[in-house]
Amino acid sequence: MTVYKLPPIYSSEITPRDLFHDRRRFMQLAAGASLTALLPQNGFAGEALTGVTKSTDRLIDELTPLKDITSYNNFYEFGTGKEDPAKNAGSLKTRPWTITVEGEVNKPKVFDIEELLKLAPLEERIYRLRCVEAWSMVIPWVGYSLAALLKQVEPTSKAKFVEFISLHDPEQMAGQKSPVLNWPYKEGLRIDEAMHPLTLLTVGLYGEVLPNQNGAPIRIVVPWKYGFKSAKSIVKIRLVEKMPVSSWMEAGPNEYGFYSNVNPEVDHARWSQAKERRIGEFLKRPTLPFNGYGEQVASLYAGMDLTKDF
Amino acid sequence: MTQHSAEGTRTKVKNLKTLNNTVLSWLKISIFLLALIPLTKLAINACTDNLGANPIEKITHVTGYWTLSFLLITLTVTPLRRLTGWSWLVRCRRMLGLFAFFYACLHFSTYLVLDQFFDWASIVKDIVKRPYITVGFPAFVLLIPLAITSNNRLIKLIGGKRWLTLHRLIYPIAIGGVIHFWWLVKKDITEPLTFALLLAVLLAIRLIYWGRTKWA
Repeated sequence: MTVYKLPPIYSSEITPRDLFHDRRRFMQLAAGASLTALLPQNGFAGEALTGVTKSTDRLIDELTPLKDITSYNNFYEFGTGKEDPAKNAGSLKTRPWTITVEGEVNKPKVFDIEELLKLAPLEERIYRLRCVEAWSMVIPWVGYSLAALLKQVEPTSKAKFVEFISLHDPEQMAGQKSPVLNWPYKEGLRIDEAMHPLTLLTVGLYGEVLPNQNGAPIRIVVPWKYGFKSAKSIVKIRLVEKMPVSSWMEAGPNEYGFYSNVNPEVDHARWSQAKERRIGEFLKRPTLPFNGYGEQVASLYAGMDLTKDF
Repeated sequence: MTQHSAEGTRTKVKNLKTLNNTVLSWLKISIFLLALIPLTKLAINACTDNLGANPIEKITHVTGYWTLSFLLITLTVTPLRRLTGWSWLVRCRRMLGLFAFFYACLHFSTYLVLDQFFDWASIVKDIVKRPYITVGFPAFVLLIPLAITSNNRLIKLIGGKRWLTLHRLIYPIAIGGVIHFWWLVKKDITEPLTFALLLAVLLAIRLIYWGRTKWA
């Protein structure tokens, strides 16, 4: 058996430790850079999100096509027409992006979007979306329960409500040049609603990064409430003691209540909420109480008069 | 020299004031074809699947928008004739009014067939409970007698004066139509406000003329 003698290495040939690490870092950076070009980065609309657990929900409803979900939007920051957001949302810069979580919490923190994407495993959730305008869709969102984020900041006993504040930048959001709503867009939930596992912190849909017109880079989805309750392009989450006043409550106090649970029995001040048109269907279908999520959430409102607390 | 050019202008104005029948026929044909453009566009978009995610809503909005537009165009005829002295404008008015009715019919049938699909109970509820439909529905119904009496034989039968009184219904109809639009808009009232301002101007001009003739 031949034993190989390792050739001797002169100390002059040994790369100094720091230089060695530098080179290594350089190589990593280079490799990283070229990989970035090849691999999905969870960054831009239309790119696939990685590591998403597929939905196991057996929702019988058919999914609304991606084209309809991304071309028919109420997102007044980009105009009041349904087609406006798809046309105008390209000006929104979703990187860099942070969400400040503050208020009645033990550990207030500014979260970077990259950190938020890894804070909990991404899941696909197929939810019905019921707009207050009596149309609806079925959307495969991607995200995780908002509770996962809220637990990190440790809400105090004074945290009774959660307020969501969307980006206010008329340069990026041309619709904000018009005073159609009080900007920034504000929404809110009661703490138990916010902590409910169905309440989704959302970063994608159809397995891809959230398109700008759907509220990129990060939004809330509360499936048992009318769509406007689900704030988009969020930059701040405040945990507060008093019930926050949302932009829509300011716009029409008798038309838009704080709770705004989907309810076929309680009509909008100007139109009926008994039926809805599912996008892609011809005949209207009856609207379900709590948008069909009554089994999961009705208990949150036990003892409340939902015609008064609409 | 000055006298000559003034005379020239006067003849030209005179020419515009009295259009000969051939020119007027061509003008009417052009208006007819132009007035069909919104419907044609709607039909093309419907066939090519370009009405967006909610086609029924789109058809309702487009036909409603053009009903109001033609109502306002019809109401522009008289003030414009008074301001310019172009008397032939009146001879285009009937067609413009009938186009308002035509688009109103399309608008109403879209609601009846596509939106409600003959759900009479729901329609009656809408008319009673939804203010924008409470005001929009009678505005549509009142258009019907105006459309029926828009021919020479019936004008003669009724008599010019009574016909004029009947057709003053266009004022409450137009006001009702604009309110109908205003009340259904969720938040952005830019479009209904534009219609309201234009209508206000058209009605104000009438009031001014009416005042002048009354106190002259």
